[in-house]
Amino acid sequence: MTMLAPRTEVAPTIYEQALSRGVSRRDFLTFCAWMGAYLGLEHGAAAQIARALESKRRIPVVWLHFQECTCCSESFLRSSHPIVADILLDKVSLDYTETLQAAAGHQAEEILRDTITKHRGEYLMLVEGSVPLAADGCYCVVGGRSALDTVREVAAGAKAIIAWGNCACSGCVQAANPNPTRATPINAIIKDKPIVNVQGCPPIAEVMAGVLVHLLTFDRIPQLDALGRPKAFYARRVHDTCVRRANYDAGLFVGTFDDENAKKGYCLYKVGCRGPTTYNSCASMRWNNGTSFPIQSGHPCIGCSEANFWDNGPFYQRLPNFPGFGIESTADQIGLGIAGATVAGALAHAVLTNVRKRGEIGPHPGEDAEKAEAAEKGGAA
Amino acid sequence: MKKSPSPEFQRVYVWEQPVRWFHWINAAAIVVLGVTGWLIAHPPAVLSSGEAAEGYWFGIVRFTHFVTAYVFAANLAFRVYWSVVGNKFANWRNFLPLTAAQFRQVWAVLKVDILQSSNKPVHTLGHNAVAYFTYGGTVLLSLFQIVSGFGLYAPTSDGWIPQLFTWVVPLFGSEQNLRLFHYAVTWAFAIFTLIHVYLVFYHDYVEGHGVLSSMIGGWKFMEKHHAQAEQATGLSAVVTRTPVPPPEPKTVPRPAPHG
Repeated sequence: MTMLAPRTEVAPTIYEQALSRGVSRRDFLTFCAWMGAYLGLEHGAAAQIARALESKRRIPVVWLHFQECTCCSESFLRSSHPIVADILLDKVSLDYTETLQAAAGHQAEEILRDTITKHRGEYLMLVEGSVPLAADGCYCVVGGRSALDTVREVAAGAKAIIAWGNCACSGCVQAANPNPTRATPINAIIKDKPIVNVQGCPPIAEVMAGVLVHLLTFDRIPQLDALGRPKAFYARRVHDTCVRRANYDAGLFVGTFDDENAKKGYCLYKVGCRGPTTYNSCASMRWNNGTSFPIQSGHPCIGCSEANFWDNGPFYQRLPNFPGFGIESTADQIGLGIAGATVAGALAHAVLTNVRKRGEIGPHPGEDAEKAEAAEKGGAA
Repeated sequence: MKKSPSPEFQRVYVWEQPVRWFHWINAAAIVVLGVTGWLIAHPPAVLSSGEAAEGYWFGIVRFTHFVTAYVFAANLAFRVYWSVVGNKFANWRNFLPLTAAQFRQVWAVLKVDILQSSNKPVHTLGHNAVAYFTYGGTVLLSLFQIVSGFGLYAPTSDGWIPQLFTWVVPLFGSEQNLRLFHYAVTWAFAIFTLIHVYLVFYHDYVEGHGVLSSMIGGWKFMEKHHAQAEQATGLSAVVTRTPVPPPEPKTVPRPAPHG
């Protein structure tokens, strides 16, 4: 194994930096193979990824944080290959990221300005968090500038945008009703740039790494679904690869969390599982090094990679409450109420009919059966 | 010949056989879709001593729902076609608010049948305008159920028909949201059915024109003078403004105006 000659004038490649941090080549190749598998690429693609990471220089990246909880960053750091992921993160995000950068104050802001002017049209913009629009955006101000200002300015020169997590993709908890700050996802503000929505609260670490590796390897954004999510990770429902799926088809459901059915590991559909309507890789890739995911651990999926999942509650009820009515009004209660009123109305109407239309109901003059028969006999005679 | 003052009745073939087939297939499909849909929404939490691999009842319920949905959609598509080639009672124009006469009839029907503030009956051979508009509304509801249903079904099917509806979920933001609307509209069908069945019984009971059996045999029976006035007006849902007066008893019966 030969080390590539260090290129002092430019930053070292991702691979070089990994080696200098003590990652063995075996670990590095394992990482590449994992990523190839996660991305659903063919078997030879691991070599392609390895080549790309060995030769590609850093992509200048600006990682912005707005209304969020940094759980996306936290999730990323818990990836199955933390050192490589860390390098990947460092590699792509050192220019500017509020959480990790060493610089502070004016110095930090200067770095941001530098990056977006020097690398105009080349840098990646990664966003964690939503942008408040209410009150001129004063609910989220960094370095004296509103999030909206920063997003517009940075997006203008970006090559592509990655929206990390539910906040940046669809607003998450701060956009939940009544959304006091008018928290707005990135795709509602920026219309003229390719945006990759990496959904979830937070997204799975390997999904985040996978999206970055795809960008580095193929130099283009991955294939996206109708909601802008990478198909490789969001094409299937959690339900489709769920460990409890057989129980669903067999009609074996948990009724309450403490019943015998729950003990037997039946399907959590009746206790509000959002797996059947949630697109994510939780059931196949799982979390924390493939250890488990909520449904496997006995908790229904809350649908954190879907828009408005906070408002589609309660989490432990299969169907959400009907919008526009009291919090306890489900579609069933409303439906039953109207049906009851309908039956009562029909009964009252039937009574009224018998009173008001007495003259029309029953035999009319000349329609009496006996008389008619007699008349016919008379006629025949 | 009859001396009875009873009005002479005319037998009119109103509902052609395809319309009747549509009605009953539609009714059966709605019942099956409603029941299976209800089970999909609220499955019982049964406890079984068997393994999951041994059972499949929930899979069968969902399969039945999907197959019936195709029948329901195809049946409606056929009815739309029949509204062009069928008789005037089945014509599509009846279902749309096109003329002022239809609105006059709506008002008349509301007064006579619902509020019962007037006792002057509205005679129509097909449906009356209120009924036609209501059925037009149920067509819209059916379309919504078909579109939302196929939208929800699309992610699990590669068939070209469901794949035509992949745009529906993004329109509603999330599947969970679409699922709620698909579910809530089922209630509209349940309530429609309650009112529909009640009103058919009501009309059969009050008017004695054979409404109830007309959806089986196709025939309605109406006093000749009403039927003539009705048929003279063209579209069936048009108010008879100047009804032909009932024949005076004990006069020589007038010759039938036409065959």
